[in-house]
Amino acid sequence: MRRLALALAVFFAVAAPALADDPVVTITLKDHQFVPSEVPVPAGVKVQLLVKNEQDVTAEFESNSLHREKIVTAGGQIAVFVGPLDPGSYEFFDDFHNSTRGHLVVK
Amino acid sequence: MLPTAIIVFREVLEAALIVGIVMAASRGALRRGMWVSGGIAAGVLGACGVAAFAATIAGAAEGMGQELFDAGILFAAVGMLGWHNVWMSRHGRELATSAVQLGNAVRSGARPLWALAFAVALAVLREGSEIVLFLYGIALAGQGGPLAMAMGGIIGLALGVAAGTAIYWGLVSIPMRLLFTVTSWLVLLLAAGLASQGAAFLMQADLLPPLGSNLWDTSFLLSEQSLAGRILHTLIGYTAQPAGIQLVFYVATLLTIGGLMRLVGARDRTAAGRAGGGSAVSPAE
Repeated sequence: MRRLALALAVFFAVAAPALADDPVVTITLKDHQFVPSEVPVPAGVKVQLLVKNEQDVTAEFESNSLHREKIVTAGGQIAVFVGPLDPGSYEFFDDFHNSTRGHLVVK
Repeated sequence: MLPTAIIVFREVLEAALIVGIVMAASRGALRRGMWVSGGIAAGVLGACGVAAFAATIAGAAEGMGQELFDAGILFAAVGMLGWHNVWMSRHGRELATSAVQLGNAVRSGARPLWALAFAVALAVLREGSEIVLFLYGIALAGQGGPLAMAMGGIIGLALGVAAGTAIYWGLVSIPMRLLFTVTSWLVLLLAAGLASQGAAFLMQADLLPPLGSNLWDTSFLLSEQSLAGRILHTLIGYTAQPAGIQLVFYVATLLTIGGLMRLVGARDRTAAGRAGGGSAVSPAE
């Protein structure tokens, strides 16, 4: 059992995302809008998206093309890693408020 | 009220479809209603607990707690559904063909209905916790007042339950001797879809490589956000833009559970053949 725990710990330590090196891009949810709604992101590198929810309702940051879905509680924030991405436009939205939409513009 | 109803409906729909399939798959089994309602009740309780500790869960594992938690729930559900399917591939024929009612009931008593109940509990917990978080946010913000929120919630719940009931009645209209085959396939595809969702969460947590971030894009044919897209997403794991790793998990789950079902089913047939009866259940029993 202890060996298993150790193996798991090593696995997660090795597989854990390298927090320090990746560029961080902040997206803020405010009055049911993403700010900015067009988010420029460099192509070919891993990027950390920091999604802050400054609303008083829960949101779910979701994107079908990026395969991401994560709940952001009211007043809370989450980190989502994306990439390395090919150049193009990737839509994301608030699954709890469907008209709230934005794009990652990867160049 | 309407936006609340739509979101609650969407989340309830996924769980309700799973409950509908599980109820159909366990048709004729002893005390299945008790097991399944127990699973739903446990799931609702669990959902409230998960919602209450949402921030703690999200903050765990260096901010990847939500992903690991979701993936864990999904893979546990895959295991439960797979276990029941493999068990059924061995005993299902006896249950379906047995003319002796008493024997039937006794045999179904040994059936791992707990596995189905557990799978139901996990589905309700996962979708339910999102509903609780969503409604809690609305309640705190005081949007539209408590009456509108309650009405929206009740309408959404009722519509979701209606969809689950519809799939149940559709399935049980299938003749009993075919029902197990159909529900086995449905449960198999359901499990594969859940495994693909689980893989997406591990990929999101950066524990799995995408292996091609978008293999294809069929969102122009059927959007995952449309009603039909959502239903197919739950039932067979439809994904408009799947990542390679999702396909790998989907196919691996199909092959693993399907292979075990064949293996166990074939062994059972040989055993029955050796006993000289030819049929799995002798009339004398």
